[in-house]
Amino acid sequence: MSEITNILVVGIGGQGVMTATEILAEAAIALGHDVKKTEVAGMAQRGGVVSSHLRFGPKVLSPQIAPGEADILLGFEPAEGMRWAHMLRPNSMALMNTGRLTPPVVELGLFEYPEDPVQQMKEAGTRVYAFDASAIAMELGDIRLGNTVMLGAIADQLPFPAETLEKCVLKRFARKSEAVIEQNRKAFAAGRAAAAAALKGEAVPA
Amino acid sequence: MAAVMPAPAQSRLLMSGNEAVARAVWESGVKVAAAYPGTPATEMLEVISTYPDLYSEWSVNEKTSLEVAFGAAMAGSRAFCAMKHVGLNVASDALMTLTLTGVAGGLVLAVADDVGLSSSQNEQDSRFWGRFAHVPILEPADSQEAYEYTKLAYELSERFQTIVILRLTTRICHVKALVTVGERVPHVAAGFKKEAARWVMVPGAAARRIPLMFEREGKLREEAEVTSINVVESGEGGKTDRRVGFITSGPAYMHVRESFPNAPVLKLGLSFPAPFEKIRAFAATVEHCVVAEEVEPLLETELKAQGIKVIGKEILPRQGELAPHVLKPAIARLLGEEVPKVAKTLPPLPVFPRPPTMCVACPHLGVYYTLSQLRNVTISGDIGCYTLGFGHPWNALDACISMGASMGMALGLDKGRGAAEKDKKIVAVIGDSTFLHMGMQGLLDIVYNRGNVTILLLDNRAVGMTGGQDNPGNGRDIHGEEAPRVDFAKLVKALGVKEERVHEVNPYELPTLLKRLREETKIEEPSVIITNEPCVLITDYHKLKPFTVIDDKCTGCGNCLDTGCPAIHVTKRDSVVKPSGKTVDLAWVRIESSVCTGCGLCVQPCAPDAIVHADTVAKVSVMQRH
Repeated sequence: MSEITNILVVGIGGQGVMTATEILAEAAIALGHDVKKTEVAGMAQRGGVVSSHLRFGPKVLSPQIAPGEADILLGFEPAEGMRWAHMLRPNSMALMNTGRLTPPVVELGLFEYPEDPVQQMKEAGTRVYAFDASAIAMELGDIRLGNTVMLGAIADQLPFPAETLEKCVLKRFARKSEAVIEQNRKAFAAGRAAAAAALKGEAVPA
Repeated sequence: MAAVMPAPAQSRLLMSGNEAVARAVWESGVKVAAAYPGTPATEMLEVISTYPDLYSEWSVNEKTSLEVAFGAAMAGSRAFCAMKHVGLNVASDALMTLTLTGVAGGLVLAVADDVGLSSSQNEQDSRFWGRFAHVPILEPADSQEAYEYTKLAYELSERFQTIVILRLTTRICHVKALVTVGERVPHVAAGFKKEAARWVMVPGAAARRIPLMFEREGKLREEAEVTSINVVESGEGGKTDRRVGFITSGPAYMHVRESFPNAPVLKLGLSFPAPFEKIRAFAATVEHCVVAEEVEPLLETELKAQGIKVIGKEILPRQGELAPHVLKPAIARLLGEEVPKVAKTLPPLPVFPRPPTMCVACPHLGVYYTLSQLRNVTISGDIGCYTLGFGHPWNALDACISMGASMGMALGLDKGRGAAEKDKKIVAVIGDSTFLHMGMQGLLDIVYNRGNVTILLLDNRAVGMTGGQDNPGNGRDIHGEEAPRVDFAKLVKALGVKEERVHEVNPYELPTLLKRLREETKIEEPSVIITNEPCVLITDYHKLKPFTVIDDKCTGCGNCLDTGCPAIHVTKRDSVVKPSGKTVDLAWVRIESSVCTGCGLCVQPCAPDAIVHADTVAKVSVMQRH
């Protein structure tokens, strides 16, 4: 339909959602696209909801993705993916981290965490591919690698080569030690592999 | 921030509106830039401070920032000032008279409206100030325009010898888009020329300047008729649908263009004074002429007064953004067409709210935990991270309106207390930077008028909510370099608070804090309790060894959860019926050791001593942290 690609990246403050979206934007720019990136309301910095919109194509006007027009959702946290799933076009894809982050209002017993966010998204009509990006990041030695894992996961779903995105990720760490760059390279690869496995699992009906 | 090498001219960069304005300020040869931090405007000065060849500062409040910038403009330098919408309320006293003097060097005031209230206490429309002060308003629609209009604003400012308001919104400030940048052109300051009739606004001199202000407004209206940034656009690809035409400005322009590619549009870059004749001519070319402006019907009201037939807030909301999913149904209804369903969207799924929280180990946690233990108290609050104290689990902040208001409101709550509130304690809570911004005067009012208020001055050495900017309370300037530091204890004593009524307390020492609060609220005179531990997000904060919970010892009392620390998670819930017949909810917990910074707050209310350092079984007293 439109020549514009709409990517929605969601999570909570401190997870690196905005940085991840910016790296996606840089990759789109590297390939000659016009780009706009915006965040939707919320005091992101304080553990609140973050939803970052990225739109790219020949010429982007409004920076906001309208409800029902997101082409793909990258969810850094399962309940947050659920919160924004209605932004997707029906039958679109959501790539989801299953690592949960429960806020104080849930810990205090004021609200309940949904039993199975991924399942609920599927039932609502989203193609969900889920994996534990937080666990992968911890295994690689640092929870902060989570956003690189998530970028790896989306890398094969974009209208440009995964390598372009990988280059933009690693460029971010150009001034860091070789060890940090290597860690991110591994995290990116692990994210790609996790998403591929999840996609494969989905293709074969149980 | 340290100065960095600016990107070369002709670079095409991914920039937020704030970054684009900052670049244009530098390219325009501005000599002085000043601001007080405030979302969504903060990054303008943050970024400007990294450019070479200009002076930049965090001012104490928006009024002083505008006065600093105006002083530089009187001296013939180009000057810049940035603030959030509510900041201009504070700065307006200066604005309303400097519009009479005008400027020598170019003066641009970037004001960022929080349309949609992402992080503000109201949604006021700053375009009113253009009308009130009779100064021009420029409204960019994206980052590239934010850059270009800033440069144009300096030309206009010097040509018409007036301050120019650059009106931004959150959707300009924080959207990142591509910007092609240019060369810096140095500007030479002409120097201050002594001229009392121009710069000393006594009644006689001011009266003579008023007609000049109106004459200038007339000339600016003529400029608005001819400027290239007020432009009529026809539909895309020559297909123009003349049933509805739009007059629009700022981010609303992008939403209109996105939603109605074939509609004729009059885009106003210089939106005040409005070009009535251009608009009249445009309106005559379309069936329905719709004014799409965020948020108040300012232009619409003026056009209707001019006898130009337009439609505005009859069909569009007077609150929030005019995004495509707002515009499209409104216009469909206007045309009597079927209202388009918001695509074929999936149903929204119910999810718990996730409000912003205080950080793990935040020094405010102990303060609100303690306040939540007090009974018979009204808590007058202020603007900052600590506003979050109104929420769960503390519910310990009862009012908040504007910067510094905790002081005056507290005095009013004291003097205006109801008959049944004779013994009610009044506490005011205010942060260090907010106190310096506009709280000091309120405290003086409390002291001078013998108010019975206990003040909690939360000194965390940073403007926390906006990202930990430096301020006079932490002794560092905008570049992070050493600067004179305010001594809060001395300051409040100088304002008249008695020596014995001023206390410094470590906010992690809960028993001391509670004891002090109990004592001071009993004494019927002003007292100030200063907490003295830094924001966990700034470099002054040092992490300690993380804690963990010994599962076997945890009894599920849930006392630790009452601190509100987000590192504490529930592993199991149950409820028991006490001998009294009362049902008590139990919650067993664990501490996320990877994020715990060992502040020791949760250790103190833990009844069974189940919280210990992760690397040892021995419990370490929090008193040993220093």
